[in-house]
Order: sequence, then structure tokens, then C-alpha cells
Amino acid sequence: MQISGAEIVVRCLQEEGVEFVFGYPGGAVLEIYDAIFRQDAFKHVLVRHEQAAVHAADAYSRSSDKVGVALVTSGPGATNAVTGIATAYMDSIPMVVLSGQVSTPAIGLDAFQEVDMVGITRPCVKHNFLVKDVAELADTIKKAFYIAKTGRPGPVVVDIPKDVTQALAEFRYPESVHIRSYVPVTRGHPGQIKKAVNLLLEAKRPYVYIGGGAVQGNASAEVTEFVRMLGVPCTNTLMGLGAYPGTDRQFLGMLGMHGTYEANMAMQYCDVLVAVGARFDDRVVSVPEHFLSQPKKIIHIDVDPSSIAKRVKVDVPIVGDVKHVLREMIDLLRHQGTAPNPQHLSDWWETIESWRKHDCLLYTPSDALIKPQYVVQKLYEITGGNAIVTSDVGQHQMWAAQYYRYNRPKQWLNSGGLGTMGFGLPAAIGAQLANPDAQVACITGEGSIQMNIQELSTAKQYHTPVKVVALNNLYLGMVRQWQEFFYGTRYSESYMDSLPDFVKIAEAYGHVGFKIEKPSDVEPVLREAFSPALKERLVFMDFRTDQSENVFPMVQNGKGLDQMDLPPHMHKVQGVPFENNRDYGNMC
Amino acid sequence: MRHILSILLENEAGALSRVVGLFSARGYNIDSLTVSTTEDPTLSRMTIVTHGSEDVIEQITKQLNKLIEVVKVIDLNESEHIEREMMLTKVRATGKDREEMKRMADIFRGRIIDVTEKTYTIELTGTSDKLNAFIEAIDRTVILETVRTGASGIGRGERVLKI
Ligand SMILES: Cc1cc2nc3c(=O)[nH]c(=O)nc-3n(C[C@H](O)[C@H](O)[C@H](O)COP(=O)(O)OP(=O)(O)OC[C@H]3O[C@@H](n4cnc5c(N)ncnc54)[C@H](O)[C@@H]3O)c2cc1C
Ligand SMILES: Cc1ncc(C[n+]2csc(CCOP(=O)(O)OP(=O)(O)O)c2C)c(N)n1
Ligand SMILES: [Mg+2]
Repeated sequence: MQISGAEIVVRCLQEEGVEFVFGYPGGAVLEIYDAIFRQDAFKHVLVRHEQAAVHAADAYSRSSDKVGVALVTSGPGATNAVTGIATAYMDSIPMVVLSGQVSTPAIGLDAFQEVDMVGITRPCVKHNFLVKDVAELADTIKKAFYIAKTGRPGPVVVDIPKDVTQALAEFRYPESVHIRSYVPVTRGHPGQIKKAVNLLLEAKRPYVYIGGGAVQGNASAEVTEFVRMLGVPCTNTLMGLGAYPGTDRQFLGMLGMHGTYEANMAMQYCDVLVAVGARFDDRVVSVPEHFLSQPKKIIHIDVDPSSIAKRVKVDVPIVGDVKHVLREMIDLLRHQGTAPNPQHLSDWWETIESWRKHDCLLYTPSDALIKPQYVVQKLYEITGGNAIVTSDVGQHQMWAAQYYRYNRPKQWLNSGGLGTMGFGLPAAIGAQLANPDAQVACITGEGSIQMNIQELSTAKQYHTPVKVVALNNLYLGMVRQWQEFFYGTRYSESYMDSLPDFVKIAEAYGHVGFKIEKPSDVEPVLREAFSPALKERLVFMDFRTDQSENVFPMVQNGKGLDQMDLPPHMHKVQGVPFENNRDYGNMC
Repeated sequence: MRHILSILLENEAGALSRVVGLFSARGYNIDSLTVSTTEDPTLSRMTIVTHGSEDVIEQITKQLNKLIEVVKVIDLNESEHIEREMMLTKVRATGKDREEMKRMADIFRGRIIDVTEKTYTIELTGTSDKLNAFIEAIDRTVILETVRTGASGIGRGERVLKI
């Protein structure tokens, strides 16, 4: 029996086991919406802006093992989706975005609501398709899901002209896909793996640098086993948080621009580094030459060969899936029955403890002003460290990364690569739908939240009881911090005048709102928000925080990892990296 | 350094723009690019001449390989290869220039493929260097126009780029 292209789309999504489609209707996709109306295999979530549909679908992927799906109309619907697509692309998140397109005969004629979606998204997708023939629709959607989730994951756009959704064809969903030009590697080269293991066993100051690839590759168990069996210190990137338990002693905290003192010092002074699904981003290693000026051997595990030796040259590249490669390394280590020299390791740990004891994340508590760090710490305590936390972009994002300790992968969802303000709330909605029983908190700023605040309406409609923790400093705080440090405190356009009353906004959307102005109210309000009485409600907490607070430590652009700006209590430490006076310069 | 990359890709709409888009988005150089279908109509073969440091060329190769429609990429510079480019040059050929142009075309093993009272059109094939040399060798002021195909390349001997 022949069915319409629109029905084929719906059937394909059913075959893929899709639970939710995040979308927004319009002319070019009316046929698809009609087919959605007539089915009940999946639920459609009507957002209030297409960007939010894509962020929600993205977070649905980030917080589960499934592939999020967004559906938007042609023209403005498609362009609104672009920021969301680029966000997912930069963080290697699998996702399928279906966009409507004008009918094939109208393509190229500047038709109503026509944009070249394939052209616009080409540089920010893993792949995209324009389906010109209904006979190819099912195959194309199958390929889209396959490409999105295999190899280095990423978003895939399928652009579907309206006449294709109306045309009829037999439906047959392919069971498997074979793309001759796309064969992702999974297993690492055995010779390289052996080399890596030998290098590690000879190391004096080994260090493991774990990134988003370990989260995306579901390799948390392997990463943890590997680090523990070697007894070596490790760090996570912003995208890797949770891949290794944040409360474990071997974890030195996040590294990079706003990483901990110990994590950054160890990165600079290690002699053998294992990079696991991490891409030496410029927010981690600002100056490769400075980083390599301290001699070290680097082992780099990544599914994407182009991530290897892109910014930093490495000694042992291993192209493969982290889960497989680490499993083989673990087996080999077991077999060899050896660990790094215990004396060297204990010396290394001694140095690390001397760095760690400064407690670089210490901040000055206050009875008068709410410290943003304190709010995050309390959130951590009150949620028992179990919440899924989404965040927006800015200072609050960094505090959320530093002061909430993530023990599970896929618990911390944020836009790292693109740094998209407006990600947090729609992401929280997507994560809540993927994890209906989880507590979901969105840590945001008064700037970021206003970029997609309309999604409070979506949250109402779909009963997603997200807890919004707004660290309201009245400033585009991250911008203000840079202006304080680098632009002579000229706070050009970073102060937010005329802020709305967020409590009233929350209430207007049918939610619960609290304004918190005193440090002593922080804990009681958070407790109430997470109490059984408000379990089913979205609670918006507007915390009026210390406006002048800055994020520390900070590695300025162009500086080395051991050249951090440190918080006031560590000023005496600056420039004295080694308390025990070991001369690391000549040890390699 | 100058490199000749040979790329086998799916003969599909949009594949070429992905390659070109990659070069412009990442700031790589394209000195020349040629593309056409192969004996297998589902495949296109592209030759890109580019230049850059070894690190940049390595990234270009990796990024090209990452494109879903790219089947294979080789850097012809890695071993013995042959390079050919075709150039059509229309020159003013009057008076004593007429003999001179004929002579130059012969020296470079070019062929005069179109003749009018005042012009010759010379077809010349060879490495890009040889074509450059020809242009250098003749009097610039007599050149009316030149069209070059850009270089195509192929590995010597047993080395083939195939699925
Ligand atoms: C305001 C702000 C401040 C920031 N400050 C910091 C900071 O201080 N520290 C920090 O770390 N980041 C920071 N970032 C984030 C930074 O911009 C990058 O997004 C981040 O560092 C990249 O993380 P990653 O290296 O883990 O790579 P990701 O972007 O997560 O990339 C993952 C890598 O793993 C590979 N991969 C994926 N799947 C697999 C698999 N199955 N097997 C093997 N490999 C795989 C991919 O090919 C890729 O190379 C900041 C961002 C913002 C917005
Ligand atoms: C869409 C977008 N526009 C601009 C920026 C640049 N930017 C980065 S952080 C920031 C300030 C964020 O302010 P707020 O949400 O209040 O967070 P705070 O830093 O105060 O915690 C800005 C404007 C961005 N990251 N994203
Ligand atoms: Mg702010």
C-alpha cells in the first residue's frame, strides 16, 4: 500500500523508537503535522521558539542514550533552528532535525518562506540531506539517525520539500545502513595501544585528561576503572564532567580557563598525558607552545582523527572509540600485571596535594550578600548531588561546573563549544522529558534566561517541574568580569537595566516564583523548592547575588596553564608553583 | 609546500560544495580544483592543488576524509605521480609574431587549434610549471586570454585510487 511522504516520516520515527518530537508547525510541514495528529506512537512537544525545540532535542540526547528529534517549518522556522544545530554540532551531540522546505518546483525561485537550509547548515552539521524524491525518504531518514549517532556524533538535518510529504510511495524501513564512504572506526590500533600502555607504565607523572567523548561514548565505567587501576590523577573538561566521579580523591577538578589550580598545574607538569575523548580546546590549552614547553609525552584517544594533532602535536595517536580502546588498555594492563613505579607516583601525588591544599575554590562567605558559589553548593547538598543540572552561559555556568560535583555522566548539560546563552531552560525541559523521575535544575543568569524565557510556557504545557536557579547579579557577569580585568572597568552595555520581576513572570506562566535576597534564605528556599509539596511544579528562584563576584582561577587568553589569576587568598602562591622545590624543568 | 590531493567522492548534488565550503570555512588555500565523473558514474574524482605547512595538509586530509560523501583521499606528493594540466591561450599573431608564436608553441609541444588572420589559439598540456613557463617565455603583451583547467593528477605505476 502506498502512503504519503508525511506518513512515511511518522512511520520512520516510530521505527526509530522516537518518544518525543520537539517542534513548531508551519506551512511547509502541515502535511507532517497532520500525520502526527493521526498517530500516537510518539508525543509532539510544542515549543515557543524553534531554537528551543532544537536545544530540547539536543538535551534529550545529552541526558539519555537516544537521539533527540526536532521538527521545524521552512524559512524562518529553519533559520531559528540554526543556533540550536550549531550548539549541538560544537559539542558533538547526536540529533536529527527535520525541516520543511518549499515544494521542489519552487526551489530556487525565492518562493515564500524559502531558504537554502542545506546551504545554511552545511558548516554546522555532521551531514545534511535534501530529499527530492519520496522514494528516498525512508532510506534518508534511516541514514540520518545512523550518521548522527555513530562515529563522532553530531546533528543531521533532513530537509523535506512539501510536495515530497504529499507524494505517495510504498513504505519500507531499511533494517541496516551501509554507506560506502562512511565507515567509522571503533577499535584502536593494537600496536599503538601497546605503545601507550608501555609509556604509561614508565611515567613518573602520569595524568588522565577526560573529555566529552567519554560521556558521549558511554565510557564512564572504563574511564573510572582505568584511572583507579593505575592510581593516577585525572581531570575533566567542562564537557567531560561526570565521566569520572567528581567526588573521588583521584579527581583534581575541571581544568582549563576556569579550572582548578591543581588540575591546571598537573596538566602543565605531567610527563605522560592520556587524552580521552578531549580535543585540546583553546579554553583548555590557550597556548600550545607554552603547554609543550614542559616536555611531555601525549597519548590521544579519539574517534575523529581530525581532533588529533589539530592544535597540539601528540606522540601516540589512537583513533578509536574510547570505550573499546580503554577496555583493551585495561586488559593489557591486567595482563602485564604492572603499575607505574609506586615511588614516582607517590612523589607526584605529594606535589599534587601541595597544590590541592590551597583550596583554590575557597571564597569569602558573607552574611550580607548572597555568594553565587554558596547557592550552587547548597543546591548540590539539597539535591544530594543527584540532580541533572543544565546551565546557560556565563559566570553562573562556571560556578555550576566548579561547585556542583557530578558523579555520573550525562548529569551535567551545557553548551561548551558554542557557548549559547538561552540553552539552559529548553535543555532542562528536554532532559526532564527524557528522565521523568529525575530532579532537573537549570542554573542560569538573568541575561541568559531572557534569551528563551518563553519556554516557561512549554514547561507548563508539558508539566516539566524544572527548578530554575537564577543567579541574578544584574550584570552580564562574564562580560563584566572581562571588562573589569581587561578594559579598565568600563562596563560597556553589560549592566541590565529594567529587569522584569521574575517572580511575577513565573506566576504569570502558571509557575511558582521566589525572590531571595538574604544569604540566610538560600537554604530554606531551595529546600522548599525541592520539597514534595512542589515536586510537580516548576519553581523559579531569583537569587540576588553579589554583583562583584568573579570566577577564579582564571587562565587569561594567551597565558599558560601554570600562569593563572588566583583568588585573593592565594595571591602569595602566585608564581611559586612548587612548594617542595622539586625542579620539574629537568626531569623529563 | 604545494600538495596535490586526489579525492574520490560520491557523484551527488552538493558534494562539491561541501568540499569547497570546507576549504573556505577553515581558511585553507585552493590553488586549483578540477572535478569530473569517473568510469563509474556514481563516483567523481577531484584534484585539488593546495599549499600549506605539513600540519595544515594533514588537517586538510583528515577534514576531507570526515565528509560523509568523500570515499578516499590521497596526497599524491607522498609518492611518484604524474600531473597534467591543459591550457588554452589565445595570442595575437600578426606580422613577425606569427612565426615566433608558432615556434614557441612547437618548443613547448603545444598545438595551434584555432587560427584567424590575427590570432592563434594554442593548446598546451603539461605540469602546471610547464604552463607557467610557457607564459613566462612568450611576450605578455601578445596574450589575449588564457584558460587553464587546473591540474589533474594520478599516481605512477601500481598505485591506484579506487574503492
Ligand atoms: C564561558 C565558557 C568558559 C569555558 N571554560 C572552560 C574551561 O575552563 N575548561 C574547559 O574544559 N572548557 C571550558 N569551556 C568549554 C570549551 O569551550 C570546550 O567546549 C570544551 O573544553 C571542549 O571539551 P572537550 O575537549 O571534552 O571536547 P568535546 O567538545 O566534548 O569533544 C569531544 C571529543 O571527543 C571525541 N569523541 C566523541 N565521541 C567519542 C568516542 N565515542 N570515542 C572517542 N572519542 C570521541 C570527539 O571527536 C571530540 O574530539 C568553556 C566554555 C564557555 C562557554
Ligand atoms: C547568544 C549569546 N550572545 C552573547 C554571548 C556572550 N556572552 C557570554 S557570557 C555573557 C553574559 C551572560 O550573562 P548572564 O546570563 O547574566 O550570566 P552571568 O555571567 O551574569 O552569570 C554574554 C553576553 C553568548 N555567549 N551567547
Ligand atoms: Mg548575570
